[in-house]
Amino acid sequence: MLVIRHFEEELIALHAEGHARGHFHVCIGQEATAVIALSFAGPGDYLFTTHRNHGHLLARGAEPGRLYAEIMGRRDGYNGGKGGTLHTVYPAGGFHHTSSIVGGIIPIAAGTAYAARARNTGALSVCLFGDGALEEGAAPEALNIASLWKLPVLFLCENNGKYGPGAASGAEQSRTMAAYPLTDLPRAYKIPAIQVDGTDAAEVFRAASEAVAKIRRGEGPQFIEAQTVRWPGNESNWPVAPIATRLPLAWDPGPVPERQREWYRSCDPVLLFARELVARNVASREELARIEEEVLAQIDEAAKFAIASPLPDPAEALRDVFAPMERA
Amino acid sequence: MRELAYYEAKLEALREIIAGDDRVHYIADVGTGFMGLSAQRVRFAEIAREFPERVIAPPISELAFCGLAVGAAMAGLRPVVDLITASFALEAWPQIVNEAANAFYMSAGKTRVPVVFHLLHGLRGGGAAQHSHSPQAMLWNCPGLEIVLPSSPRDVKGLLKTAVASDNPTVFIDHTQLFNVMGEVPEEDEPIPFGKADIKRKGADVTVVATSLMVQRSLAAAERLAEEGIEVEVVDPRTLVPLDFETIMASVEKTRRVVVADECHRSCGVAAELLARIAEAGYDKLAAPIRRVARLDVPVPYSVPLEEAISPTEERVAEAIRASVR
Ligand SMILES: Cc1ncc(C[n+]2csc(CCOP(=O)(O)OP(=O)(O)O)c2C)c(N)n1
Ligand SMILES: [Mg+2]
Repeated sequence: MLVIRHFEEELIALHAEGHARGHFHVCIGQEATAVIALSFAGPGDYLFTTHRNHGHLLARGAEPGRLYAEIMGRRDGYNGGKGGTLHTVYPAGGFHHTSSIVGGIIPIAAGTAYAARARNTGALSVCLFGDGALEEGAAPEALNIASLWKLPVLFLCENNGKYGPGAASGAEQSRTMAAYPLTDLPRAYKIPAIQVDGTDAAEVFRAASEAVAKIRRGEGPQFIEAQTVRWPGNESNWPVAPIATRLPLAWDPGPVPERQREWYRSCDPVLLFARELVARNVASREELARIEEEVLAQIDEAAKFAIASPLPDPAEALRDVFAPMERA
Repeated sequence: MRELAYYEAKLEALREIIAGDDRVHYIADVGTGFMGLSAQRVRFAEIAREFPERVIAPPISELAFCGLAVGAAMAGLRPVVDLITASFALEAWPQIVNEAANAFYMSAGKTRVPVVFHLLHGLRGGGAAQHSHSPQAMLWNCPGLEIVLPSSPRDVKGLLKTAVASDNPTVFIDHTQLFNVMGEVPEEDEPIPFGKADIKRKGADVTVVATSLMVQRSLAAAERLAEEGIEVEVVDPRTLVPLDFETIMASVEKTRRVVVADECHRSCGVAAELLARIAEAGYDKLAAPIRRVARLDVPVPYSVPLEEAISPTEERVAEAIRASVR
């Protein structure tokens, strides 16, 4: 979680310095969902994510340096600079195709689940998408098929709209989705669905472990809606961090500008988790501080690695349009 | 005549259109619609606030809201639907291509569909494969759609007026990289008719037929080539459907050399179709092989040097022109 947080905050700084271009999205505020839920995925499972993908790849062990390199369009990026922030892949961690088209991956995740069952590999698919993806027709169509054919797929909807600017003030109800709660939608297709607090690592843990166990037992698709409160840095079209996160904010959010302080006090999954670890004597503040120092050093290193990585050879642009025939 | 930035002319047109006709309903994400992610998007948000009843933000449901606009157009409104990034129009293909484009013909001329689809096409710098489409050639392969590609402040205003006034489904394809182009725009209302090409620069040596952003790149290339003694004529069809082929051919017959510059992929692109028509009509009149400058036939890569490698740049337009007079 801490790696994701510091990765994203540093990315915002790198972007501002001109190291990356274009539009990008960060996973701040949604760290617990990815880290906990994806811990139940096995090595052969198929994972899918969206425009908001950095945290998901990091949760599966992607190297921050290579991920930065991709976001900066460098040669050492996971896609060799061809994909960029919107399309990062990390096949070793199960991410084979990342789509920036809202809803694009939902049917595809059903497809890898279909193949896994046909080939009897025991693999499942995990499909991570935003609440907005349910507004696309592809979503209900794929939910229906997944349910009819009892496909081994976990639909994990990261609803980051709670109380956010996309929702009516003070309400969870989105202005652009009539189905409420969102879990009504999968339930209409007879897919078991559960709502969890996406900032509560323990709750995500229970829901994800149960859902994955059911899928592995052959009970068909499962749906989890993980609710998080939109990080205030996402208010504009480009993310802006109100403060550089440091774990001591968990005990004293005083340094956070007042307008955003409440989010850091009660909606921040990273700080909530840190507070809990200390409260339950799992770790001391000093131990956490040491871990944070290590993570910050790792991120610093990663940024340097990416900045030093060369740009790809222009001739690369013409490669990879078609797969060469694999020889036996 | 007064000078305006392209984005000012575009915003002015939209405001006048919405204010002047209460049948116009604008369906768009207010945060990113019409002006895309450009700095001017806040100016569109102001228009949205001014007409809260008729500028409406839909769910992320391109297929449904495009279809809804088709229906609303059949029933007396003049909807303008904003797909924003042209790539998102692919989500709505069945409604644009198979419903809107066909309705008038299938009903033997009884059912009109006066809808406008607004798209921002092309290489925008970092859009990568899924946000960089230029679907004008794909759409040109679907009879029944009017296709508009403005390239100057005057044109964007006048063509948008005509698009909304048109009784046919119209795809209005714009490019964010045009937004800061400056140019003369008359104070008075001046709708620009469809099917009337504009000679953006006169020249005797080579005809460049260019669309959208490629018009501006071709003008810049022409400026440089003038210093080398090559006089380039730049012809902007402004609408592909209907197409003013006469003006294009008259220029080609005068210069006897032609380059077509367009941002679609090379194969089966807009340039390919224009060159086929020119070759059909006047192969014997040409003094040099025809040439096209287009996006190379690969999905769009993200990284700067990779994107540059496949782009129809000003330099590549200049190169093609030089080759044509050599
Ligand atoms: C088909 C399509 N339409 C529109 C967009 C533009 N777009 C990018 S992100 C986004 C919002 C998505 O919301 P949600 O799925 O909730 O994800 P979040 O950004 O909140 O994580 C939109 C509309 C897109 N990428 N694809
Ligand atoms: Mg969302």
